Amino acid sequence: MSTIIKAENLTFSYPDEPAGHPPVLKNINLEIESGSFVAILGHNGSGKSTLAKHINALLTPTEGKLWVEGLDTADPDNLLDIRGKVGMVFQNPDNQIVASVVEEDVAFGPENMGVPPKEIRQRVDTALKMVGMYDLREHSPHLLSGGQKQRVAIAGIIAMMPRCIVLDEATAMLDPVGRRETVDTIKTLNEKYGMTVVLITHHMDEAAQAQRLIVMAGGQIIDDGPPREVFQHVDTLRASGLAVPETVALLYELRREGLNVPLDALSDEDCAAVLAGLLK
Amino acid sequence: MEPIIEIKNLTHIYSPNTPFQQTALDGIDLTVYRGEYLGIIGRTGSGKSTLIQHLNGLMKPTAGQILFEGQDIWSSKALTHSIRFQVGLVFQYPEYQLFEETVYKDIAYGPKNMKLEEAEIDRRVRRAAAFAGLSDEVLQRSPFELSGGQKRRVAIAGVIAMEPKVLILDEPTAGLDPAGSASILANIEAYRKANNATVIVVSHSMEDVARITDRLVVVSHGTLPYVGTPREVFSHGEELEKLGLAVPTMNRVFSRVRAMGVDIDPAVYTVEQAKAAFLEAYRRREGV
Amino acid sequence: MALKDVTLGQYFPGNSLIHRLDPRSKLIFTVLYIMVIFLCKNLVSYGLVLAVLLILIGISGVKPKVFLKGMKPVVFIVAFTAILNLFYTDGTIIWSLGFLKITQEGVWKAFFMVLRILMLISATLLLTYTTSPILLTSGLERLLRPLKKVNFPVHELAMMMNIALRFIPTLIQETDKIISAQKARGADFDSGNLMQKAKALIPILIPLFISSFRRAEELAIAMECRCYHGDEGRTSLRQLTMHGRDWGFLLFTLVLTAGVCVLRFFGL
Repeated sequence: MSTIIKAENLTFSYPDEPAGHPPVLKNINLEIESGSFVAILGHNGSGKSTLAKHINALLTPTEGKLWVEGLDTADPDNLLDIRGKVGMVFQNPDNQIVASVVEEDVAFGPENMGVPPKEIRQRVDTALKMVGMYDLREHSPHLLSGGQKQRVAIAGIIAMMPRCIVLDEATAMLDPVGRRETVDTIKTLNEKYGMTVVLITHHMDEAAQAQRLIVMAGGQIIDDGPPREVFQHVDTLRASGLAVPETVALLYELRREGLNVPLDALSDEDCAAVLAGLLK
Repeated sequence: MEPIIEIKNLTHIYSPNTPFQQTALDGIDLTVYRGEYLGIIGRTGSGKSTLIQHLNGLMKPTAGQILFEGQDIWSSKALTHSIRFQVGLVFQYPEYQLFEETVYKDIAYGPKNMKLEEAEIDRRVRRAAAFAGLSDEVLQRSPFELSGGQKRRVAIAGVIAMEPKVLILDEPTAGLDPAGSASILANIEAYRKANNATVIVVSHSMEDVARITDRLVVVSHGTLPYVGTPREVFSHGEELEKLGLAVPTMNRVFSRVRAMGVDIDPAVYTVEQAKAAFLEAYRRREGV
Repeated sequence: MALKDVTLGQYFPGNSLIHRLDPRSKLIFTVLYIMVIFLCKNLVSYGLVLAVLLILIGISGVKPKVFLKGMKPVVFIVAFTAILNLFYTDGTIIWSLGFLKITQEGVWKAFFMVLRILMLISATLLLTYTTSPILLTSGLERLLRPLKKVNFPVHELAMMMNIALRFIPTLIQETDKIISAQKARGADFDSGNLMQKAKALIPILIPLFISSFRRAEELAIAMECRCYHGDEGRTSLRQLTMHGRDWGFLLFTLVLTAGVCVLRFFGL
């Protein structure tokens, strides 16, 4: 597998921050593989969103470098190329939909990229079908639910045919149904179409569905690995203001009671199997 | 227990007698008690927002009655207006409603509308700020330069400052991280204890609601299919999932364990309960 | 207060000949038609122009009731114009009371003025009722394209119109929410004198402004992320094409304009 995103000694401070203020991102080294599904978990102010905004050159490093498929994000000439490669979905579903009709909005990106009209039509239809919004293509966005709006936003990104999609707390304002719709959609994109997905979130249950979990605190990466490994570090996570999934929390408690249980039974099924095994 | 709000056969229909007519609430009966911590859960569009806006007179019933301390809140204009102060309502994302130059003035907006005296307003503002976890130093700052979490505290303080007997909060922890959520919920609980106030929290976060409330009300399609203690309500785990509600993780896990043929209490909904229930079953099996 | 009940999308979807016309032909027709209204001099030309309008409304399939509803906001202006013309035109007096007098010329003038305004509004309503806002904007953008040569920001204007269309309903929903929230804190929007009422609006307007700025900022970032960089090299999903019916309709519009000019020449 090839690397799609690479950060080297990335440090970032806002220019208007007084001297001596700690940087928002400190010395980040990171490689993300093409086609992977990575979650970045952290509490508010941990730097996770700032990192996300570096991936498509909305922000550029104060020190160090970040490359997207070998393109340096600090070079202004690369800007449009990078944005064509990395699509971004934001938190507020209302504030990223440009047009007053669903399909027009999905077409916005390809239109900007100068795609021929016939091809735009195909891309729009395909993208809307991929997120399950094709039947609502002629609707007004303001009448859609939060989850549906985020799916439209995702379709708008897919229609640009990027290599990677970054969801910057895209589920934070949604209800559980909307969150599930959104996460299911991006999982499909990743599994069926090989799209690289970077999911920024503070919901454990969403992070648990990724292949790789990066935990951030204080502008640094404090943990990195498969979710079932990372979530075993209960004390580290709690110390940085994060919770662990309740399944792990229960197993952790049982362990403290002296029971020999594994901490990596993350899913409902696995956890139930462990518990039942001890009781049978 | 002493009732504080009684909802009698409440029906609300949007755009009646038009093609867009829609029944949001359909003949609801519910009694809310003084000092209790009530959770309302339901999907978006289930009618829960419509329900809470009836409790402080923002919406008028199409049919039925809302009694506050025994009186119909629509029986006189003065009463309808005063109910707003007795039943405080904090909307979802309340930080988007801040407008004053300073945090102090914003919190004082409600008490000022109550036409209270200056000294009383001052007392209430400071007390509310303390309940909401805001330091004195924040009071003179502009609300717009605060962080998202701080802004939400200001907005909650703005309602607490009216010292309502019933405090209703719609999704008070939406968009906050676990640490921020826990802290705001603790602040609300402190207000409830200190004032023997009734608190109603609307949420779709089952874990949070189950942990903190005394009683749960499930809203679905404008009716209340389940009302009871969290234990009672979550004993209907499967039915709740069919209504599109996310059931607490522990509840799901224990249902699975039971399905595997193990005799264990399925009506658990917090990690602590799950731990206790498991250890009880485990020790019983070991014969100690 | 139910702000969300306000219908903003004036568009009534349909499949009539008028609906299917290219927005550009409809725009050109509307502009020329309004000019023609002001060229009319007498009963004959007014009759012709009115007949054309009624026929087009008939073809469009939009109910006449809807047009009447659309005229509600201008009733006051129409009445005002009528009264002004009725009482302040010199000529043969047919009725008088004190300083008030009605002249024969005044009656005609008032009648034609009212007719003019009503036709003008109906023609515009016909355009918006039968053309989706998006098509209308792209039609306008296309028609104004030559103005780009003189540095007129045609694309920017069209983009602004599109974004306004997109966000007006959202802002209305938001206003509703803010009003409820401030009411929950005891805000009183109904009592007091004008000054107090105006002051009571501050708690609504400030949050609305602030959130609009926030929305604008977030939207700008989202647009940038989707490679928006003005209209340089930009393509469009929606391709406008002039069909035979459009050329026919334009020809008809020209004939009508010419006809009314001729009638005017003969003082009809």
